[in-house]
Amino acid sequence: MSVRKPLPRWADLILIPFLNLTLAFLISGLVVLLIGENPLEAVQILLYGAFGYGEGLGYTLHFATNFVFAGLAFSIASHAGQFNIGAEGQAYIAGLGAILVALALDQTHWLIVMPLAMLAAGALGGFWGFVPGYLAAKRGSHVVITTIMFNFIAAAIMVYLLNNVLKEPSNMAPESASVVNAGKMPQLREFWDYFGYAPVNVMMFVAIAALIFTYILLWRTEFGYKIRTLGKNSNAAHYAGISNSAIVMISMTIAGAMAGMIALNEVLGVQNRLVLDFVFGYGFVGIAVGLMGRNHPIGIALAAILFGALYQGGQELAFMMPAVTREMILVIQALVILFTGAMEGLFRGPLETIFGMIELSKGSSNSSPSSPVGTQKKNATASVSKEN
Amino acid sequence: MTENSLDKQRSQKAAANDVAIELLGINKHFGPVHANKNIDLKIRRGTVHGIVGENGAGKTTLMSILYGFYTADSGQIQVDGEIVVIKDSSHALRLGIGMVHQHFMLVDNFTVLENVILGAEDSPLLKTSLARARAVLSQLAKDYELEVDPDALIEDLSVGGQQRVEILKALYRGAQTLILDEPTGVLTPSEADHLFKVLETLRAQGKTIILITHKLREIMAITDDVSVMRQGAMVKTLETKDTDPAELAELMVGRRVLLRVEKGEANPGDVFLSVSGLEVKDDMGVTRVKGVDIDVRAGEIVGIAGVAGNGQSDLLEAVTGMRQASAGKIHIKGKELSFSGDAGGSLVRKLGLAHVPEDRQGAGLVVDFEQWENAILGYQDDDKYGKGVFLSIAAARKAAKEHIEKYDIRPANNRLKTASFSGGNQQKIVLAREMSSNPDVLVIGQPTRGVDIGAIEFIHKQIIAMRDADKAVLLVSVELDEIRSLADRILVMFDGHIVGEVDPATATEAELGLLMAGVQQSATESGSKNLDNNKERG
Repeated sequence: MSVRKPLPRWADLILIPFLNLTLAFLISGLVVLLIGENPLEAVQILLYGAFGYGEGLGYTLHFATNFVFAGLAFSIASHAGQFNIGAEGQAYIAGLGAILVALALDQTHWLIVMPLAMLAAGALGGFWGFVPGYLAAKRGSHVVITTIMFNFIAAAIMVYLLNNVLKEPSNMAPESASVVNAGKMPQLREFWDYFGYAPVNVMMFVAIAALIFTYILLWRTEFGYKIRTLGKNSNAAHYAGISNSAIVMISMTIAGAMAGMIALNEVLGVQNRLVLDFVFGYGFVGIAVGLMGRNHPIGIALAAILFGALYQGGQELAFMMPAVTREMILVIQALVILFTGAMEGLFRGPLETIFGMIELSKGSSNSSPSSPVGTQKKNATASVSKEN
Repeated sequence: MTENSLDKQRSQKAAANDVAIELLGINKHFGPVHANKNIDLKIRRGTVHGIVGENGAGKTTLMSILYGFYTADSGQIQVDGEIVVIKDSSHALRLGIGMVHQHFMLVDNFTVLENVILGAEDSPLLKTSLARARAVLSQLAKDYELEVDPDALIEDLSVGGQQRVEILKALYRGAQTLILDEPTGVLTPSEADHLFKVLETLRAQGKTIILITHKLREIMAITDDVSVMRQGAMVKTLETKDTDPAELAELMVGRRVLLRVEKGEANPGDVFLSVSGLEVKDDMGVTRVKGVDIDVRAGEIVGIAGVAGNGQSDLLEAVTGMRQASAGKIHIKGKELSFSGDAGGSLVRKLGLAHVPEDRQGAGLVVDFEQWENAILGYQDDDKYGKGVFLSIAAARKAAKEHIEKYDIRPANNRLKTASFSGGNQQKIVLAREMSSNPDVLVIGQPTRGVDIGAIEFIHKQIIAMRDADKAVLLVSVELDEIRSLADRILVMFDGHIVGEVDPATATEAELGLLMAGVQQSATESGSKNLDNNKERG
């Protein structure tokens, strides 16, 4: 143990992601520099491409919508102590529900199609989350393994269905029939031409509603309390009479249903038909979104917008700066994911030390009032080390 | 070997100086916490020096500095009169300072011999190291009455045996000064007696022993000098013969402390908790509770004494619905406890049983939660904390505030993370929650484990108050003193059986100790046979 102090909330929620991002961008800047382009100019293009004009913003929001759902799919499971990396497969299989409902009801009204398609996509995505949840709760299988496997199963099933069942005989491409009327999600550009050709659609509002729903679920309901108790201390949950297996299964189902919403945004919002690999890795990026957003809806919203901007601005950058190829954009995106997701603890240790030292210098100037609390804290650490 | 010549050098120096270790002006901060404040301490050679203090008083920190685990912010350490800067624990060992940790640092599936040479191998080939260790070990065993079979596996040894291995490890590395951190916490009374005999022999052979403990009885029994620490400061160092437990307790806490709990006569009423023919298996399928019958009446405290691991924990888990009993019946206020799956925890609460678990941080609390969130743990479904699916944060925070006021939880901040509370205050958070639910039956495991003396006094008073309010209290503790002072009846548990009931007013420590060690029980011969069978199965 060195002189460390748990970080205050603001540092945990704002400072750390900020530092991680800065580092990611610095290194990305070096990469841009290395291939002989001006990093500042690149940043400018990226930002303009993502936020500078209506169509760019529209794309950013469209991508962000996907990332919100994927991030929530990761985070809700994460609060229950499950590492759900199956959003990709859950969203993929949910596409089936979305397209079947939309095709069947294409001649009605989108207000009928949308809730039913959400229900169908949510049910299929939820089922794809439920099964790993069930296996974890009842059979002790690790969800990391099962959700990875379920991603593969989903991919294989969809290839089979698209090639052998859903493909129209007249079509060479492995894709379903297209929806043309009510099956299409209303585009925001239909109401506001500011967005140009961007596919941002009503699902964006569903994403906002999902963020609010998740907040209320986790922090304002008894069930959310149980989820968080289980995720933080499963023994305490057992002690408190909380059914661990039920919580795991239900939260994995909700997570899968959240991922399923990606299907509506992509299948009925962009493609208007079911195509191969429409999830396009959004489910995996959701892990980074969830981690970077500290599993909190506000954080997830911000992280989703950031990644949306990276996707959209990155495409713009590849277009405007030919030396920065698509692969380079992937490198930058990967760096951001690396520093905010996988290496998010990079600055934590040093920061805790710095905060400890700040506290220390404060403590020595007015030591007498702070010492009783200090002793209490010491007690806590002492008993922790004793009992473990 | 070089160590022998080092020993010689040391003893020559020793002759010139009567002080083995001297600490001067030691300061240590952990963040805002001033864990050691300007500490001076002299340890005389060839003595047993006790260090007492409440949890968090800084004893372990101080010894960790001496053992090279932490580095002091300022101050000086002298070993055999020479100023040293101890870099790490291997450096401390080279200086002749060895430590026996509270939780043993042994590899369970290695033999004693392998454990002893671990990290002290003097050849890349194991065989030569082992051969030398075997010779040294048999010599040490002879010199200090530390008999342990060098080829036994650690996991087959008793706790006392494992502790002897730890001591042997330190001696093998040439320790002249031994630091023992709470060595008797895990021992039966007879094992503790054996340890004290070993310590006496070590002292007679000229070794210096530093004994960290919070048990004043042990201080009085074995030490020559005793130092009292409080809130990071060294309060006083006394010769043991010049002091008494009451004075030491007062020095530790800074005020007068009642060592015995004052309580009136018990008024037992109806049977509120009834256990009959209970058998419980642990996770490995080993039967831990082997047919236990207990009745706890309203208005009495029934204490279950026993060395840890004789089935008390499993009994508690079964009674509180955390574990399914494999046979037998449990009745709470006449209603049978039967459940499936995870439902036991909520069922017992509905039947009017509150449970303070043995492991408060492992089960009784979510340490990452703010205090108010823990104030409703287990009662989250109560209408009091929100009707329907929603949780009333306002109601939960209000309840938390009431708990804080009534149970003097400090700091009085219901938004503080539970991990930031001291052990004693964490325990009060659990007690406040469980007692406030106004249960008919209160089941408490290890009420004061890791809790300091001031809080112990308070917790004991609360438990007595529950009894006087006509609740049935079932108490499990490995602290004999605690059971003896709180319980109205003591049941002793050994190897899954209740092997005797004693009256706390008349029972002697020796009597209890024998029961706890499983002596005096001819009727339960079959019990130990069961154990053997289980072992084979396991």
